[in-house]
Amino acid sequence: MSMPSQQQRVIVVGGGLAGLAATIRICESGLPVDLFSLVPVKRSHSVCAQGGINACNEIARQQGYSEYEHFDETVYGGDFLQHQPPVYEMAHMAPRIIDLLDRMGVPFNRTAEGQRDLRLFGGSLYKRTHFAGATTGQQLIYALDEQVRRFESEERVTKWEFWEFLRPIIGDDGRCVGIVAQDMRTMQTRAFRADAVVMATGGCGIVFGKSTNSVMCNGAAASRCYQLGARYGNGEFIQVHPTAIPGADKLRLMSESARGEGGRVWVPGMRNEDGSWGPHPDSARDPRQVPDDERYYFLEEKYPAYGNIVPRDIATREIFQVCMDGLGVGGGNMVYLDLSFKDSEELERKLGGIMEIYRKFAGEDPCEVPMKIFPGVHYSMGGLWTQYQPKDDLRGMEPDSPINMMTNIPGLYAFGEVNYQFHGANRLGANALLSCIFDGLFSGVGVVNHVRNHSGQPASGMSQSVFDSAVKAEEDKIADLTNRSGGENPYVIAKELGEEMTAASTVVKSGPRLEQALGTLGELRDRFGRISLSDGAVWTNQNLSWTRAVGDMIALADVILRGGLERRESRGSHFRTDHPERNDADFLRTTVATYDSGSGQARIEYEPVEIGLVEPRARTYGRVESEESEEKQEQTV
Amino acid sequence: MTAQQQSNGTTATPAESAGTRTVRFRIKRQDGPGKPVRWETFNVPVQASSAGSGSANVISCLQWIAANPKTTEGKDSTPVVFDCGCLEEVCGACTMVINGKVRQACSCLMDDYAPNDGDEVMLEPMSKFPVVRDLFVDRRRLFDTLKRVKAWVPIDGTYDLGAGPNETPDDQQDRYRLSTCMSCGCCLEACPQYTLEDDEAKWATSFAGAAVISQVQYFNDHRTGATLKKKRLDEMSKPGGVSDCGNAQNCVQVCPKEIPLTESIGKVGRAVTFHNIRKFFSGS
Ligand SMILES: Cc1cc2nc3c(=O)[nH]c(=O)nc-3n(C[C@H](O)[C@H](O)[C@H](O)COP(=O)(O)OP(=O)(O)OC[C@H]3O[C@@H](n4cnc5c(N)ncnc54)[C@H](O)[C@@H]3O)c2cc1C
Ligand code: SF4
Ligand code: SF4
Ligand code: FES
Repeated sequence: MSMPSQQQRVIVVGGGLAGLAATIRICESGLPVDLFSLVPVKRSHSVCAQGGINACNEIARQQGYSEYEHFDETVYGGDFLQHQPPVYEMAHMAPRIIDLLDRMGVPFNRTAEGQRDLRLFGGSLYKRTHFAGATTGQQLIYALDEQVRRFESEERVTKWEFWEFLRPIIGDDGRCVGIVAQDMRTMQTRAFRADAVVMATGGCGIVFGKSTNSVMCNGAAASRCYQLGARYGNGEFIQVHPTAIPGADKLRLMSESARGEGGRVWVPGMRNEDGSWGPHPDSARDPRQVPDDERYYFLEEKYPAYGNIVPRDIATREIFQVCMDGLGVGGGNMVYLDLSFKDSEELERKLGGIMEIYRKFAGEDPCEVPMKIFPGVHYSMGGLWTQYQPKDDLRGMEPDSPINMMTNIPGLYAFGEVNYQFHGANRLGANALLSCIFDGLFSGVGVVNHVRNHSGQPASGMSQSVFDSAVKAEEDKIADLTNRSGGENPYVIAKELGEEMTAASTVVKSGPRLEQALGTLGELRDRFGRISLSDGAVWTNQNLSWTRAVGDMIALADVILRGGLERRESRGSHFRTDHPERNDADFLRTTVATYDSGSGQARIEYEPVEIGLVEPRARTYGRVESEESEEKQEQTV
Repeated sequence: MTAQQQSNGTTATPAESAGTRTVRFRIKRQDGPGKPVRWETFNVPVQASSAGSGSANVISCLQWIAANPKTTEGKDSTPVVFDCGCLEEVCGACTMVINGKVRQACSCLMDDYAPNDGDEVMLEPMSKFPVVRDLFVDRRRLFDTLKRVKAWVPIDGTYDLGAGPNETPDDQQDRYRLSTCMSCGCCLEACPQYTLEDDEAKWATSFAGAAVISQVQYFNDHRTGATLKKKRLDEMSKPGGVSDCGNAQNCVQVCPKEIPLTESIGKVGRAVTFHNIRKFFSGS
């Protein structure tokens, strides 16, 4: 046993849903928490989530749905790449998570009788998605933020907002014993001690330049852990969301809930003699003038059962293909997402938040005209590699185990989007909010147990030198960045990185193109060695912070590209034109990347996936041409 | 590869195409608290918007300046410091004063604000919060005040205790409108009663402001939240409470989320009156 508990502290890095849920759980057990965030936690990226959060409830259950069904859908949606016990646990805890959020006061939409309403979402034939208008993430994070504010007022949480995480501190025995962080106002860099550190730093969309993510989602925090020895799992699996509106600074999401509430995807077209579709000569005309028989509802035609709510990777590839075939609106990269035929009062009540975004940023009213959309980088299934302790029968995880969601560095955990678990090769809509909160609430217990029971020396009693040398390393890095003077512009490097990553490693990939991108990445890495900062201030220097992150994004881009290159198959979001089939024999494996500090490159290895509960089957979602083969496959398993 | 995979980042470059216009940004700058204020202007090339790229906005222009920090006079400058997050008007980070009016920078489109070549846009930090640097201000007072009024639902813990209270769809809609407050500060910037307060020690007795008063109403309206109603109303009866509101109604006009702030203020004001009468007669 270790020191008295007031000496023991936990650090949580990141105050999105995952970090806040973890903070609440850990505080409740009596340990004080230091909560770090680049932005006030209430402004974390989780506010962007629109559509909803999945869980079985009584109404769904009585229509034939169940927690098991939720689990099975998630695994099928993820193309069987995820470890099944954690998914099983998450699906079964989901209804209780919704109850808890409800008790915290989240204004979930209600049925006429006052029950929590449900909507349809991608990859399911059942309504099982709970929602609060079309700002579900905002409502959920506010509820958790309020609970954390309560702990803060009782001085059980200390918030360190506008502090940037720079590195985990690893003690002599290999355990994580704290972090180095920098105050982005005063620029003070210092060490913080803790007996466990939870990374809850979200995704990495900014590596691709423009995405649906917030500006903080650059993956730098995860990359810093990776560069110090944490393994990174399934990095090549990046979700490209089918429906975003392009913008000058970001791609704004039009939530899947638009389709869940009946929205239809189409392009103007002409039906050929043989029933196939060709481009319409006047496809740029006012969509309201296009007669129904000249509207090609391609998702509904190809996937009669799921229609517009096929999973994201499939919808994205279909939209991409339609545009490549010249069928896009006006011949360009654009298709219609149509809600204009729906009752506008109902749209306002259920989708008000996203209708408003479209009106504000595209200048048109989706109640009147179909929206113009195109796929955009959205979510990272991959992330820091973590472990878990399965139950003997694999049906869930051991709730008290300190191993749950711990990285390979003892005492360093990864929760939320930065954790690679749960979503495999493709995440189902409305499962991310769930996995973030689940991580915090479920695995927060393991963090507490690690702190109370680990056999090493408590962080508070360790010699100062470990902490001093970690701070020194970061100060040296800052000095090095500040002293470079080769004239390269970090903003330009980041922009080129984003363009290359988007072109080579999103909807469709190929071996040669990925090799080429790795070549480009090498050049960018060299140029990064010759950057010059444009701001030398020692007060609130965002230029320094951004530049430092660009270096970390380059390291992470290497993981994403190399993982994609080595994975010679197609699975979920990862589609290789030169290897278009799924290959379970060789690649039903987790990709594990470790950093080679000499070359700055990733070493890729593979590890088996726990598939002991649901046997992998073909994943076709009843696509018309493939239905027969799926049935056959299903009979054989 | 047959085609580019996305409508790629095209705006942050000064494209020479015919569809480009120049927007002149006049920006109020300050290197830190107590440092002198100066104005700088930057010429930013802005591409004509198309369905493929959308309109430029203040953020994309500030990003361009960060990459090309040279003033119109050709002087090397530094990237302008500003706060932003979501870029879709849900996080509240990017609030600033644009052409004299407080609003979010991310939803401020150049197509509306500077449609013609040579148009000027003026950026200033909010004046009711201490400046950290340039357009970046310190809004901790707002979050601190939320603590003071106990802006949370006091649940018994994360135990498995079943669902929360049922509510009608109409009640849900009423609560939802209040719960979309993103603590952006627009209503405080516009309010004549809310003034700059550098001294943290004075925050506890300074005007709470419309956003926080509306949160008091939000939590008092929830069945479990209401168990702290008396404590919240006590807070609202003190100096800096609801009676400091002069009913100027500026707040409701600038709230980007169209929160019915004056309605909330009215309800809390009446509740405070009843609360104090009751306290008077019960002698507590
Ligand atoms: C537009 C959009 C809509 C979405 N809609 C849905 C939906 O409807 N349903 C669903 O299930 N999922 C949805 N998602 C996905 C979901 O929102 C995210 O996966 C989830 O919110 C991630 O939460 P998080 O807690 O892991 O991280 P985040 O909310 O991203 O929080 C990360 C935290 O880490 C901090 N941080 C990061 N780096 C550092 C650093 N270096 N130092 C200090 N702090 C740092 C940040 O400040 C922040 O507090 C959506 C995503 C997007 C982009
Ligand atoms: S109504 Fe009250 S809170 Fe609103 S602007 Fe006027 S004085 Fe300020
Ligand atoms: S009430 Fe409106 S203006 Fe005021 S902080 Fe909230 S969202 Fe902003
Ligand atoms: S950046 Fe979030 S509101 Fe503007």
